Amino acid sequence: MEHYYHQTDLAKFSDMGKDSPELWDKFLNWYNGVFAEGALTEREKSLIALAVAHTVQCPYCIDAYTNSCLEKGSNIEQMTEAVHVAAAIRGGASLVHGVQMRNIVEKTQM
Amino acid sequence: MHAGLTSLKRRHSSLASGEEQVRVLETVQGIPSFESKLQAAGFPALRPSGIEIFQINVGKLCNQTCAHCHVDAGPDREESMSRETMELCLAALAGTSIPKVDITGGAPELNPNFRWLVQQVRGLGRQVIDRCNLSVLLIQGQAGLAEFLAEYGVEIICSLPYFQERETDRQRGAGVFEKSIQALQLLNRIGYGRKGSPLSLNLVYNPVGAFLPGSQKGIEAEFRRNLEKKYGIEFHHLYCITNMPISRFLEFLLMSGNYEKYMQKLVQAFNPAAVEGVMCRNTISVGWDGTIYDCDFNQMLDLPVSYSSAMHISQFSLAKLNSRPIVTGRHCFGCTAGAGSSCAGSIT
Repeated sequence: MEHYYHQTDLAKFSDMGKDSPELWDKFLNWYNGVFAEGALTEREKSLIALAVAHTVQCPYCIDAYTNSCLEKGSNIEQMTEAVHVAAAIRGGASLVHGVQMRNIVEKTQM
Repeated sequence: MHAGLTSLKRRHSSLASGEEQVRVLETVQGIPSFESKLQAAGFPALRPSGIEIFQINVGKLCNQTCAHCHVDAGPDREESMSRETMELCLAALAGTSIPKVDITGGAPELNPNFRWLVQQVRGLGRQVIDRCNLSVLLIQGQAGLAEFLAEYGVEIICSLPYFQERETDRQRGAGVFEKSIQALQLLNRIGYGRKGSPLSLNLVYNPVGAFLPGSQKGIEAEFRRNLEKKYGIEFHHLYCITNMPISRFLEFLLMSGNYEKYMQKLVQAFNPAAVEGVMCRNTISVGWDGTIYDCDFNQMLDLPVSYSSAMHISQFSLAKLNSRPIVTGRHCFGCTAGAGSSCAGSIT
């Protein structure tokens, strides 16, 4: 295997149901319920999924939810802003842990 | 995507031929035939449900050269329906009670007999749809066109692939978005698209690229919110239409390396619930030279109806057309994908 990730593998996702169909069905029912229109629109949910896909850095999810966002009528500006939200939370999460560093420094140094 | 695009015919592209397009569609690997997919889903071969829409394609001349155009229309195209062929259409129509006439092109308004045709069809008491590219309402020589359409109560179905300039101009050419907005504002000023107005103004959304349209309801809401907020534009409905893998959109798919993936998407999204509502079951499509087709897409692939005795409008027989087998091919997956796609948008 030359690469761990292959674009064509995304279409094989449902193979995960082959040896555990009940769990797969439960996952799929829940998954479809999550993405159905509710208090948030399907378009908004796809933008959230796109941002999360970048946070978990899953190439399958990035492919799937880039397409999903386009299909649901989002544009490149909206999708880029969503990725920035993910990046800002990731960066902010690192930075806010600096408080721990500062707490330790304060306690440790004379 | 768009810069300097001309028609396939003008570039002498092999894809200008319907036969070549069918060959490309029939040789794609790993895609079942449409007929076998129907059969596997428990459907018999497609048959008409009764003709409700008489679609007339009055020619391929257009003031735009859109990147996805299934007609391969453009300023260089000269095919145009004659007054004599229009008279044959009117005679055929008069012998039926088909309630709706859908006039398309090219830019149908550029046919010199367009206004005459509208007047005659209205005189027969039938509804008229004009498939309008919007920018044609502003060009020289078309003064008073919007007012004419309003006077005759013509429903306008107009193309606007996105509520922003970048996406629209990438598909339809530089400057088209701005003109489209001006034209929509003009139509609103004379009463089209206003809440409660009988002057119907409906938008058509085609994806700008190799992806399928999502929920019509969701996209309509986005268009309504953005067009109202930024430009004060109102419209009645928005119809989502899937890009058919033919003509210039097929060329884009091949050139961009998206062809096989797009065909797989169409097949994977095959929706049995959309089959019964496909437009070829309630529509016939007449070409600029009077040849009769099952739909505008078959027309562009040079696939006429399979009843040889009713192939030309001069041989029109409603009974024969209503009992004809519908000619299908792999392009038909475009009409059954997702929520389904027709000239009036989503099917399901």
